[in-house]
Amino acid sequence: MRYIGKEMSRVDGVAKVTGKARYASEYKVNNPAYGYIVQSEIAKGTIKSIDVSKAEKLPGVLKILTHRNSLKVEEQSRQFRALQNDKIVFCGQPIALVIADTFEQARYAANLVSVEYDREQSATDFDNLGRTQTRSSPARGKPAEEFEAAPVKIEAEYSIPIEHHNPMEPHAATAFWEGDKLTIFDKSQGVYGVRGHLARSFGIAAENVNVISLFVGGAFGASLNVNYYPFITALAAKEVGRPVKVNYTRRQMFTGHGYRPYTAQKVSIGAGSDGKLRSIIHEAATNTSSYEDFTEGTTRFGRTLYQCPNYDSPYYLLKSDLPTPTWMRAPGAVSGAFAIESAIDELAYKLDIDPVELRLINYAEKDPDSGKPFSSKELKTCFTRGAKKFGWERRKMEPRSMRDGNWLVGWGTATGTWGAFQAPAGVNIRLNNDGTVLVGSGTTDIGPGTYTVITIIAAEVLGIAPEKITFKLGDTDLPRAPSQGGSLTTASVGSAVYGAAGEVRKKLLSFVDKKDGSPLFGAKFEETELADGNLRLKNDPSKGIRIVDVLKEAQMAYVEVDYQSSPSPERQNYTTMAHGAQFVEVKVEERLGIVKVTKVVEATACGRIINPLTSHSQEMGGVVWGIGMALHEATEIDHRYGKMMTTNLADYHVPVNADVHFIETEFVEEKDEIVNELGIKGMGELCLVGIPAAIANAVFHATGKRVRDLPITPDKLL
Amino acid sequence: MRPFKFNSASNVRDAVNAVSKNDSAKFIAGGTNLVDLMKEDVERPTELVDVSRIDLRQIRSEGDSIIIGAMAKNTETANHPLVKMNLPLLSQAIFAGASPQIRNMATNGGNLMQRTRCVYFYDTSMPCNKREKGSGCAAKEGLNRMHAIFGWSDECVAVHPSDMCVALAALDAVVRVEGPDGKEGKAREIGFADFHRLPADDPTRDNTLKHGELITAISIPKNRFARNSYYLKVRDRASYAFALVSVAAAAELDGKKINAVRIALGGVAHKPWRASKAESFLKGNEAVAENFEKAAALELEGAKPLGHNEYKVELAKRAIVRALQKAVR
Ligand SMILES: Cc1cc2nc3c(=O)[nH]c(=O)nc-3n(C[C@H](O)[C@H](O)[C@H](O)COP(=O)(O)OP(=O)(O)OC[C@H]3O[C@@H](n4cnc5c(N)ncnc54)[C@H](O)[C@@H]3O)c2cc1C
Ligand code: SF4
Repeated sequence: MRYIGKEMSRVDGVAKVTGKARYASEYKVNNPAYGYIVQSEIAKGTIKSIDVSKAEKLPGVLKILTHRNSLKVEEQSRQFRALQNDKIVFCGQPIALVIADTFEQARYAANLVSVEYDREQSATDFDNLGRTQTRSSPARGKPAEEFEAAPVKIEAEYSIPIEHHNPMEPHAATAFWEGDKLTIFDKSQGVYGVRGHLARSFGIAAENVNVISLFVGGAFGASLNVNYYPFITALAAKEVGRPVKVNYTRRQMFTGHGYRPYTAQKVSIGAGSDGKLRSIIHEAATNTSSYEDFTEGTTRFGRTLYQCPNYDSPYYLLKSDLPTPTWMRAPGAVSGAFAIESAIDELAYKLDIDPVELRLINYAEKDPDSGKPFSSKELKTCFTRGAKKFGWERRKMEPRSMRDGNWLVGWGTATGTWGAFQAPAGVNIRLNNDGTVLVGSGTTDIGPGTYTVITIIAAEVLGIAPEKITFKLGDTDLPRAPSQGGSLTTASVGSAVYGAAGEVRKKLLSFVDKKDGSPLFGAKFEETELADGNLRLKNDPSKGIRIVDVLKEAQMAYVEVDYQSSPSPERQNYTTMAHGAQFVEVKVEERLGIVKVTKVVEATACGRIINPLTSHSQEMGGVVWGIGMALHEATEIDHRYGKMMTTNLADYHVPVNADVHFIETEFVEEKDEIVNELGIKGMGELCLVGIPAAIANAVFHATGKRVRDLPITPDKLL
Repeated sequence: MRPFKFNSASNVRDAVNAVSKNDSAKFIAGGTNLVDLMKEDVERPTELVDVSRIDLRQIRSEGDSIIIGAMAKNTETANHPLVKMNLPLLSQAIFAGASPQIRNMATNGGNLMQRTRCVYFYDTSMPCNKREKGSGCAAKEGLNRMHAIFGWSDECVAVHPSDMCVALAALDAVVRVEGPDGKEGKAREIGFADFHRLPADDPTRDNTLKHGELITAISIPKNRFARNSYYLKVRDRASYAFALVSVAAAAELDGKKINAVRIALGGVAHKPWRASKAESFLKGNEAVAENFEKAAALELEGAKPLGHNEYKVELAKRAIVRALQKAVR
């Protein structure tokens, strides 16, 4: 490989640090107006009256949209839609959009909109919400009986509060109409989803909606499902006949679009005294809204993790008067891992078996749920290499046995897994006779470095230097491709580029394989390759023609290929997953309960690494997320009002620089010929999955105190 | 935000006159607290008078005191050699607060005047006696993990958020203010203990400053604590978070014997809390852990925790002990 596997700086890096990269609300449009969202102050009830007269009279105010004058849509799904009726279903629900000449005029006017409600008692206190069982995978074996019969048992309950994504870039859109053609710059993880949603909303053809999202300032799932604001932004633009920008405030980032649900879990493990797992019952309950069911893979995580013959994983929903949760980085998996991987650590202590050892005793060589082989699984190597790098062999098993002055030292470990997914993806490649290449695919890049890795892949498979390649994404004018979510973009779009390059080669070859005197006369497709700017024979590279000459001689300005890739059917016969082993050192102030995560070693096996540089960044980012989840993040609700209260970055804590110390990453490369031709799995979520559990386990090792309710704040360790 | 008039004052007199004339006018210095509150619609001044350009930035020695100007930035104050050498406790406390960017903007006067971080105070849809007299206190039976364990009333259980002020309380600082009644250049002096107030029946007032009075400087008596002082802040993350509990501790030692000691707590009351019971127990006693623990227990006897902040009682005890240990080390 010439480019794949080599470090490459981000191709969009300069644009980002010089401000040339434009985000959703930064696009220059002619004479924009600004929309400001007015939100409900109650969680449940009806709007009795809404008085906009004062606000309307303010200078600069152009229009105020409410449920009374907004366009009503025929909605197919149960997804929340703004300004459709007088019902209030969550606190902070949008109830009006003020449109004015400036943002501040709109915000001021929003303060003067006065609303009277018929208030009903809301229910958000998770301990007192009714549970409904929802779809769960069938039990394996006889989990209840085997648990009862097991000589060693662990039973423990865990909870995780609601968390919000809080990307740097808030939700925002800029929309304008030309006749009945709508253009919208939206902060989105999936432009095609937004396009379909808007076309349906306005009853226009999808082709008449152009959704553009060239740069996304972080999203983490917050922009995966279509939000309600693109519709009201577009509607506002239509109503005032001008481009309209809507940009959330930080506080508004805590409302409406979703969050990681509150999660309560109970894990019951039965084991033999040899450490062999006999039965696991992993029960989870997450909250949802009153109007929509949202479930995630909380209990799916554990099922493939260990060789355990008996397994059950019932899943319950708690209906609450809050907005619907949504996907948040490593959804379900990280929550499930916190419970399962904490419980395994508890078991290790009950059995007095080293936590790494216990995981290896129960190592699953095959998927214990389906019986299928893994397409590849280098988890064992992750554990051995990670442990070595970390220095795990020097660990003393006993809690409170290691210290550094006033600080208790603890070492913990956990496993992470995430599916190696792939989805159908389209790509367009145009290779010009000056040697430059344009690659386009309607996916997005929310920060992991998709612009860069797809450029690398295109360079590799087209045999053309990366500097000559321009990759475009984030635009519905480009071929349809999946949203960026589930860690599948590189595998999906990368496979499309791989396939398209084959088609390009086929076309190029067709210009020269029948020509007398051509060095490639009679050459078969399989015998050729694109490399170093040449179309040539694989086993005799001296027999080749420069790609640009092929085109020039054929008197072609360019060749162009549209290609659609799909996951191979072969995948069905395997379980395809990525794995990681995580090692954490914490120091805990003995008397004050302050926790510092002083060292993390993250060993990951996720197929082929395309760009070690951006991959390392992904892994570090995942660790930092894990630190936040373990130690800091919580959206607190005042249940009397059904209102989220810690809705700004002073009260909702995420790790700051001072919370992040040494993070080392190690990739155990897997040669996986099943997942796709290039052997690509995903990594953006995997890297987070085991971290909160590993930190909690390290805190236990340091202090002897098992904290089962996140986040682990100092008060819980006194 | 709501529209407002904006003026810049070039001297104390103009600033005081401008604000005195208008009941809903306010001074603005670094703006790091006030502008946030205006955006949240909590503060609604109709007029802002910028005082940051008034020449009150000096930090100097004056007789038995060190004077820090009200308009000096938090960062330059904490970094100033006079402060670092003579008042390391103050320097540490300032650095424990906020973030570098905020400290670069924040002024000393503004720091004293910053308002509580109670989440209900910030949310105009919630009852809050501090924001709207008589509307009720949502925190008392609500989310009050961050709230007071000392000196609260049924009207308000909020805490003062400043770190700098905890050190100033321990150091017996004096606040110099000039108001509409005073003579030009003649400051009224307010002892630090009397500057901030407990909520009692009027939580709308954080302190005893009158409308139109401008803080011009803070004077700190020179002391012999420089060698043995420590500011300890316990918070939910390593930086950029308000204190769960903080302790400013300073001692003057004669061998093992404590000649003089100062202890103030942050994050526990509506004002920086001077731990006078602990101080009087320790004075004349030996600087050993056992005494620190006794002193801390004595001080916390008077604590009255709320629904979610019981932990602060134990945490404050331990923090007092740890801060004293670090101070006398
Ligand atoms: C996210 C965040 C985190 C923070 N964390 C901390 C922390 O951990 N610890 C901490 O101590 N602080 C913290 N702060 C608060 C910060 O220290 C204050 O915002 C700052 O000190 C205020 O100073 P300023 O000059 O910006 O005041 P301004 O915002 O300009 O004014 C604040 C108030 O003081 C009044 N005022 C200003 N100057 C004078 C004067 N000379 N005389 C009379 N009245 C005056 C104004 O009228 C206004 O009411 C934090 C702030 C933020 C935004
Ligand atoms: S504690 Fe004080 S600031 Fe907080 S809600 Fe009660 S009255 Fe308002």
